[in-house]
Amino acid sequence: MCGIVGLFLKDKTLEPELGAMLSRMLGVMNDRGPDSAGFAVYGAGQQGVIKATLRAPAGIDFEALSEELARVTGEFVRIVAHDTHGVIAVPADRWPSVRSSIKEIAPELTIVGEGNRMELFKEVGLPSEVSKRFGLVKMTGTHGIGHTRMATESAVTTNGAHPFSTGIDQCLVHNGSLSNHNAVRRELQRNGVTFETDNDSEVAAAYLSQCMHEGDSLARSLERSLDDLDGFYTFVVGTRNGFGVLRDPIACKPAVLAETDRYVAFGSEYRVLVDLPGIEQARVWEPEPSQVYFWGHNE
Amino acid sequence: MNLSSNTSTSGLDLAPPSVIDLEHETVRGLNAKMHGLSHGTNHGCWRILNPRGRHAIVAGLDAPVMVDIAGNVGYYCAGMNKQAHVVVHGNAGVGVAENMMSGFVHVKGDASQAAGATAHGGTLIIDGNATARCGISMKGIDIIVKGSIGHMSAFMGQAGTLTVLGDAGEALGDSIYEAHLYVRGTVTSLGADCVIKALRDKHKAELFEKLKAAGVDGQVDISDFKRYGSARTLYHFHIDNASNY
Repeated sequence: MCGIVGLFLKDKTLEPELGAMLSRMLGVMNDRGPDSAGFAVYGAGQQGVIKATLRAPAGIDFEALSEELARVTGEFVRIVAHDTHGVIAVPADRWPSVRSSIKEIAPELTIVGEGNRMELFKEVGLPSEVSKRFGLVKMTGTHGIGHTRMATESAVTTNGAHPFSTGIDQCLVHNGSLSNHNAVRRELQRNGVTFETDNDSEVAAAYLSQCMHEGDSLARSLERSLDDLDGFYTFVVGTRNGFGVLRDPIACKPAVLAETDRYVAFGSEYRVLVDLPGIEQARVWEPEPSQVYFWGHNE
Repeated sequence: MNLSSNTSTSGLDLAPPSVIDLEHETVRGLNAKMHGLSHGTNHGCWRILNPRGRHAIVAGLDAPVMVDIAGNVGYYCAGMNKQAHVVVHGNAGVGVAENMMSGFVHVKGDASQAAGATAHGGTLIIDGNATARCGISMKGIDIIVKGSIGHMSAFMGQAGTLTVLGDAGEALGDSIYEAHLYVRGTVTSLGADCVIKALRDKHKAELFEKLKAAGVDGQVDISDFKRYGSARTLYHFHIDNASNY
């Protein structure tokens, strides 16, 4: 089954509320995906700074890790802890060396997302509990996407939780199942892409990242996926400045969009949207199959 | 969408409606109450508040009652309906009036996928658009959509009518049996074994009757519609297909 939510704010005055709104939406999707949950929030970014979200085994001492990193790299890096995840901000030119130091000193850590603005959190458990653990309610930003998982194609693990990020400020959530993901994975592996899981959705994320790496826009990459990915899917993709939606050609998985002057919201079901301000006056519709939708802020 | 309307559509019942607010009552509680009504009930008029996209609202009714729902509903609203007259003052999720046996369901907004799916009887009116698979495997229901319908509508439609004032999406009437399809606008493509057919007088009369049920008779020109139905090459045995069996 799985549930997807997405929220893109047009009205800046709503930005302090982003986390609270997204958290309510995610909680409604508990019953579509009780196995695991995750979300990505696009908050304020500093020019020339990379933010990375690290996932660690429970009980990690991020402060100790930060000290160890300072010792090895000669540079103090603060890690903001959110339960099992920590967000680290480093000048972009220093990031490659800090990144390899992290891999060296703490190989048990996974870097789940990297970007200028994106922070990405995911864990096994009931979605409302997961968002509480990470303190989603207090997060602010311009847009965010989230996912609640009912596992079908691979195991219930944090690695199998969505969103999947494989590029800077890029992530994807997926409801459905891809039938040719092994073939697409092999193709991508031949091109040097590495994978953390056996999950079909990670393949979709990597496929889109590879298209964009080859120079395609997000919209063009989504269009290409219609030819190359086989199966059932509703994708919601987050990028640095916006979010996009694509449904498979026979629209197997549910999707509802709502738009007002203040926001664009996505939900697997209308129930997700009922608490949004002014929803009674919103334009509410089902996205068409095979059609790429995208909303973004001009930078 | 008019969420504040409290007019009862048929005007048959002048008694004040019993009001059930789904902020204070569960859908299960509501449906249990409705299922407890006897066939000869004079408890005829109900108003449901705060549906907020909840699923299975008034599914399985079997009594001659009027139900007004003030807002958007989720999946399978009025599914399996018998006898009841249900008005949704908003949009409906997947499978509104699916497997309806008799009665009347009116969606004042848009409907999601599989509206009226597998239904054996009754009338379903959708003022807005319906998306994919409208009337899939319909078995006798009359569906009137004032807007447009999505792809794969009336797939394997066995009996009943599907009347569309707008357009139809891809693969209309794929593998259709004997359902009658009337579309005023464009059809993106026809499904396997579905063909355009002559709109004869008896079909015009049938179409008029359906438009009248939806209250739009006289507002649209019957001759603007095209009729689609089965070429009957798929479900009759044909010697050329023998090797396929």
